[in-house]
Amino acid sequence: MHRFAKPSVFLKLASAVMPWAIGITVLTLAVGLYLALVVSPADYQQGDTVRIMYIHVPAAWMGLFCYVGMAICGAMSLIWKHPLADIAARATAPIGATFTALCLITGSLWGEPMWGTWWVWDARLTSMLILLFLYLGYMALVNAFDDPERGSKAGSALALVGVINVPIVKFSVDWWNTLHQPASVARMGGPSIDPSMLWPLFLIAVGFTGYYVIVLILRVRLELNERRIRALQLSGIGEDSPGNAQPAYNPEQAGAGK
Amino acid sequence: MKILMAILARDLRLALRQGADSIMVVAFFIVTTTLFPFGVGPEANILARIASGVIWVSALLAAMLSLERVFQTDFEDGTLELLSLSPVPLELVVLGKVLAHWLTTGLPLIIAAPLMAVMLNMNSAGFGTLMLAMLVGTPALSLIGAIGAALILGARRGGVLVSVLVLPLYIPVLIFGAGAVEAALLGLPAGEHIQIMGAILLLTLALAPFAAARALRLAVE
Amino acid sequence: MVCVAWMTVFTGSDLTCRRGERLVFADLAFEAHPGDALMLRGRNGAGKSSLLRLMAGLSEPLTGSICWKNQNIRHDLPAHRARLQYLGHQDAVKPVLTVRDNLRLWASLRDVDNSDAAIDYALNALGILHLAKTSGRFLSSGQKRRTALARILIGECDLWLLDEPTVGLDRESCADLARIIDDFRARGGIVVYSTHIDLDVGSPRSVDLDEFAMPMFDWLAQDHDFDDGDENDDETGTTAKSRSPAHDFSGIA
Repeated sequence: MHRFAKPSVFLKLASAVMPWAIGITVLTLAVGLYLALVVSPADYQQGDTVRIMYIHVPAAWMGLFCYVGMAICGAMSLIWKHPLADIAARATAPIGATFTALCLITGSLWGEPMWGTWWVWDARLTSMLILLFLYLGYMALVNAFDDPERGSKAGSALALVGVINVPIVKFSVDWWNTLHQPASVARMGGPSIDPSMLWPLFLIAVGFTGYYVIVLILRVRLELNERRIRALQLSGIGEDSPGNAQPAYNPEQAGAGK
Repeated sequence: MKILMAILARDLRLALRQGADSIMVVAFFIVTTTLFPFGVGPEANILARIASGVIWVSALLAAMLSLERVFQTDFEDGTLELLSLSPVPLELVVLGKVLAHWLTTGLPLIIAAPLMAVMLNMNSAGFGTLMLAMLVGTPALSLIGAIGAALILGARRGGVLVSVLVLPLYIPVLIFGAGAVEAALLGLPAGEHIQIMGAILLLTLALAPFAAARALRLAVE
Repeated sequence: MVCVAWMTVFTGSDLTCRRGERLVFADLAFEAHPGDALMLRGRNGAGKSSLLRLMAGLSEPLTGSICWKNQNIRHDLPAHRARLQYLGHQDAVKPVLTVRDNLRLWASLRDVDNSDAAIDYALNALGILHLAKTSGRFLSSGQKRRTALARILIGECDLWLLDEPTVGLDRESCADLARIIDDFRARGGIVVYSTHIDLDVGSPRSVDLDEFAMPMFDWLAQDHDFDDGDENDDETGTTAKSRSPAHDFSGIA
């Protein structure tokens, strides 16, 4: 578990994973988009607008996936005090928020031709909106402290509270209003949509996950480097800073040393 | 139990001596509710239609307003540090403080709610359900809010932050609280809503003290 | 981490402390027998308060352990909390409560049987019995400090951790405090305190925190690599593993 905790180990592993992640992302997104935009049939009712689904649905999955990932990282940081978990949780939040926002925007674009309005208070869209609020709250909290470590820990606790709350919010919003078509992919007894539509969905979801991995690695690297810079600044190279043990006159010491 | 009572008694005494806090909360609730007729117009039937939602949203905002203070003063004057170093479980301390918060903000809101319901022209059939729903719902608000209040200790812009954190978590209470009143107004049984709110209350009662205590320990670390 | 000195009661070994992202001290050790007084000395920022907070179990050392009778305090924090009294920078005196009411909470949290008598005794020891019915808001800063000091006299305990107890106290109160500390030591208590004025306590051991200051650059140079705390767990495993994944992937690529 702690094997990858050392930043040096992580950095090595990350640079090994990076080319693969980039390759997989580019490939799956290219093939997925080709299948989605060219090969797959247009819906007999919705026409070409159905193709928005190929971005909308994987973005929704990623929004949820990132939140769960963030909560898992939060749990790891609180329980095992894993130093990289904090950074990973912090780095995940903006990515997840972006996917959630993407899902909402595409949902709105899709809703206009389908329902004739940009926004409907439909249960699933509303849940995603609340998820976006949870992301924003997390990011606001994490950045509100002078000590970044304190912010990360508070954020981890919030992510855990949020992940318990997400199903309750989902349930209550479902209760509150159901206007959306029933869930059609992850239904009992196999998916009900055509394989020609399922494949691009799947490929784009994989591509998004690859993209997530790439951005996550970049952001964690960035954060590690920032910490390194701050530590070097604190260590006071080339100047006398409070972190450096400088022999200086100190009245307190003189008083206490009698 | 003795410890719980000691914390509760002290917090209530503090609230009474410092005064104003509960009165401010009720005043805020009444003023906010009064704003809605100005926004949507004075037609009686429109107001009656939105009354339950308006009252619940205002109550949510009012309960949230005083949240920041639940741990903040104790955090600033060092009391929190000592509480977390006392041999009693911090969860119990949290529970005592939440109970005090509810008694000083939730309870006055429940009493003020029917008054606002009358002013918003709500059918009197809904009054009983409204108060019952608030009786079950507001403790859950205090409990969830305590987590947020504990998390923001030491943060910049704590007051605004707590609302961003806590309001999304309040949504289920709002949905079922307003739903119960709507059902009662339509002459349907509201028991189901109240039961779900009861379930939410029990769940938060079981989890929130631990989460808040954990957050407090982070704050004094 | 094993605590070796079993004849001493309160020990710390190999302690490294970090506040925020700054290294405060490293490789610090201390020990205390019943009846000891430990005086913490050091420049501002040398980590006196941080060490007291570590000793109280409020925060966790980056490396090393603090033990009470060979038992790491972090294994049973509630028991440790029950045996210590801590005085921080702040006095935790509520302005709207009287001195007695302020202290009553702490008496009830420590489950003191006759709390009024205990409070009277504590107030008397600090010479502020006449202030018992005064609201906190009318107290001077020295009187507030004495109220805070009265708190540590309420209830039984074995360890006092006093962070700058003399701040705001006049010469007489300092003498009172020194006498109280010596009484407590005579009963077998351990006192750890930090102060920047002379406190007339009998033969304290002194810990000079400046000796344990390590320039952060040296510490970074030891290849800690910002890693938090688990280098003891699988140092060998880490180095072995750190090479293999990269090798595997480059082999495939």
